[in-house]
Amino acid sequence: MTDPLAPSLSGFAGRPSSASGRGEASAGRLADNIVHFARALRAAGLPVGPGAVLDALQAVQTAGVGTKDDFYWTLHAVFVKRHEQSIIFEQAFRIFFRKRGYLDQLMAMLLPQAPGAPAAPPPPAATRVQDALFAEMKDKLKPEEREIELDTTYTVSDRELLQKKDFAQMTAEEIAAARLAIARMVLSLDEVKTRRLTPDRRGHVIDMRRTLRASMKAGGAFIDLKYLGVKTKLPPIVALLDISGSMSDYTRLFLHFLHAVTDARKRVHTFLFGTRLTNVTRALKARDPDEALSACSASVLDWSGGTRIATSLHVFNKQWARRMLGHGAIVLLITDGLERDPDDRLAFEIDRLHRSCRRLIWLNPLLRFEGFEAKAKGIQTILPHVDEFRPIHNLESMAELTRALSAQGGRRGHLGDPKEWLRRVA
Amino acid sequence: MDKTPHPRPIPASIDATLSLLGEADYLADRSLATVLFLALKMGRPIFLEGEAGVGKTEIAKVLSATLGRRLIRLQCYEGLDVAAAVYEWNYAEQMIAIRLAEAEGNIDRDRLSHDVFSDRFLIKRPLLQALEPDTSGAPVLLIDELDRTDEAFEAFLLEVLADFQVTIPELGTVKATHAPIVVITSNRTREIHDALKRRCLYHWVGYPTAERELAIVRTKVPGIGKKLSQEIVLFVQALRKQDLFKAPGVAETLDWASALTELDAVALDPATVSDTLGVLLKYQDDIARLEGSGAKELIEQVRAEMRAAE
Repeated sequence: MTDPLAPSLSGFAGRPSSASGRGEASAGRLADNIVHFARALRAAGLPVGPGAVLDALQAVQTAGVGTKDDFYWTLHAVFVKRHEQSIIFEQAFRIFFRKRGYLDQLMAMLLPQAPGAPAAPPPPAATRVQDALFAEMKDKLKPEEREIELDTTYTVSDRELLQKKDFAQMTAEEIAAARLAIARMVLSLDEVKTRRLTPDRRGHVIDMRRTLRASMKAGGAFIDLKYLGVKTKLPPIVALLDISGSMSDYTRLFLHFLHAVTDARKRVHTFLFGTRLTNVTRALKARDPDEALSACSASVLDWSGGTRIATSLHVFNKQWARRMLGHGAIVLLITDGLERDPDDRLAFEIDRLHRSCRRLIWLNPLLRFEGFEAKAKGIQTILPHVDEFRPIHNLESMAELTRALSAQGGRRGHLGDPKEWLRRVA
Repeated sequence: MDKTPHPRPIPASIDATLSLLGEADYLADRSLATVLFLALKMGRPIFLEGEAGVGKTEIAKVLSATLGRRLIRLQCYEGLDVAAAVYEWNYAEQMIAIRLAEAEGNIDRDRLSHDVFSDRFLIKRPLLQALEPDTSGAPVLLIDELDRTDEAFEAFLLEVLADFQVTIPELGTVKATHAPIVVITSNRTREIHDALKRRCLYHWVGYPTAERELAIVRTKVPGIGKKLSQEIVLFVQALRKQDLFKAPGVAETLDWASALTELDAVALDPATVSDTLGVLLKYQDDIARLEGSGAKELIEQVRAEMRAAE
């Protein structure tokens, strides 16, 4: 899509902002600046379309440029559509209008008594906004980074390793395998009943509206009853994927898997956690797996570090559970359960998670070992609180999972039953 | 509505909006007033999101009361469908009409279906009511807790909110002559689709500052003592900083303030706080955290803050 609204970023950052006192010129400049500001917001990741720009212009005209605060909230009302976007907007606003010195000049023109903007220390979102505003410049300055790979297999590192994983070396075989999984996922249907009704010949509720319409066709002489049945739909899936060092051999494969699921079902939310929790749902929505995975890796800071399951679950329970786990959601917890510091908090959080969702399925790659026993403390803590405990380490186990996700595969058997594993070690 | 409201024009500036809300004892942030003013002026729906009990629904009520408009409320729930939200035919009446026509012997099919699917047999639900002309001006349409319903209903709302019209297959399109003032609220138990939000002006209603909350408590709980009200507000504000599963909203503060006034308390003491915690906190884990020493520490913290302020 081409955007006719504004010149390039580097173009506007250096534009002269000489002010003329005439009203018409300032109105034109106001429009200009709002357009540029919208572009800056877009670059910082806010979904600001041309429609929003027109709205903003109308809103500013309606409200009039009063105080700086009013101007701020006027633009805020139009451009911000999610609570999380507020902080980015705030930073962008401050940087943009300070940089340009525009607002103060405008205020000075319209309201001579308006104070200038105080300089403040850069709060958290500043880097992100600054990155967006001066992205091009930064690209030029930064030499290509060599990526450092540390093999942290089976060690739970104490440091948070701020390293980025490269997803580029995905083999053709893997893609093919992931596609195979997609095909299977589409077939599986685990439908939950909704409270909505849909025309159904074998239903048990009389649909008066259709009945009457049908009988009118026959002049109302006889009444042919039409029925409604309960409508079912796919429940949302929430996946919590452990990306700590001990899981690093698997994370890429799992991300492919989750991408496939996201593609096939409508409501899939994906979170990654190591030492902190990251929501990568939006990143995984890209059609192309490569694109999705690289977007995903860009948004995560704690690849292959240690695991803090309890902390991550706590954050999820507190900030996301109530927003994600409605409508009969299924939670896929993908972790080896090797918690760095298992304590009571883990039991508490996993219990809360279990109680907030319809079905909690734990997928553990450690189950690939023949003589696996649930002896690690973290594993023993989690096990009593999950509905199902399944392996996930190869395509076969993934296929198994897709069957488990379907209602027909609901006979869970010994493998999926967490109590079976606890009994074995007892 | 029992008393006839006198319609008033919409406010002309942000300050006027602020004082309008103040008339009904709603003490709003200037940011909220700005959004409200814009929504009224631009004829756009306003989308209010925030934790439970911060006064989102109240805004619609206050708008309707102060502007003298009719308040039409659509409470959303899972499975909400067109029959409950927009319109329904009165089937019993329709059946009788068909039988009567039969008895009279005039069974002209086209005529009959035209008669049966007419305005007379239409039961209007909230959304359709909101589109009807009203003598006191366009009504306030409150779509409460939109996040409780499903995506299908959200998609249906798009047509209603974009053009303020509803299509009834048997009857045609009903279009509002004056766009209603639409207030949508959400508790964020799920994300509302961007397509719907794009048509609205968005505002996140947060917890008020200590100053504003104190003013709210003193306005809404008239008999409350000066010291008690200050302690209550500081206590609640401190509570919100704690790592709780559900922090108390303004509604809980007000409930607690009236509860303590009923109990004739003049100041907070650990025993009373422990006994009445259920008014403030709604999760057992949260209550357990505060019972005993937790509440006592917070009270001491509040006292220290008050001493420092003096």
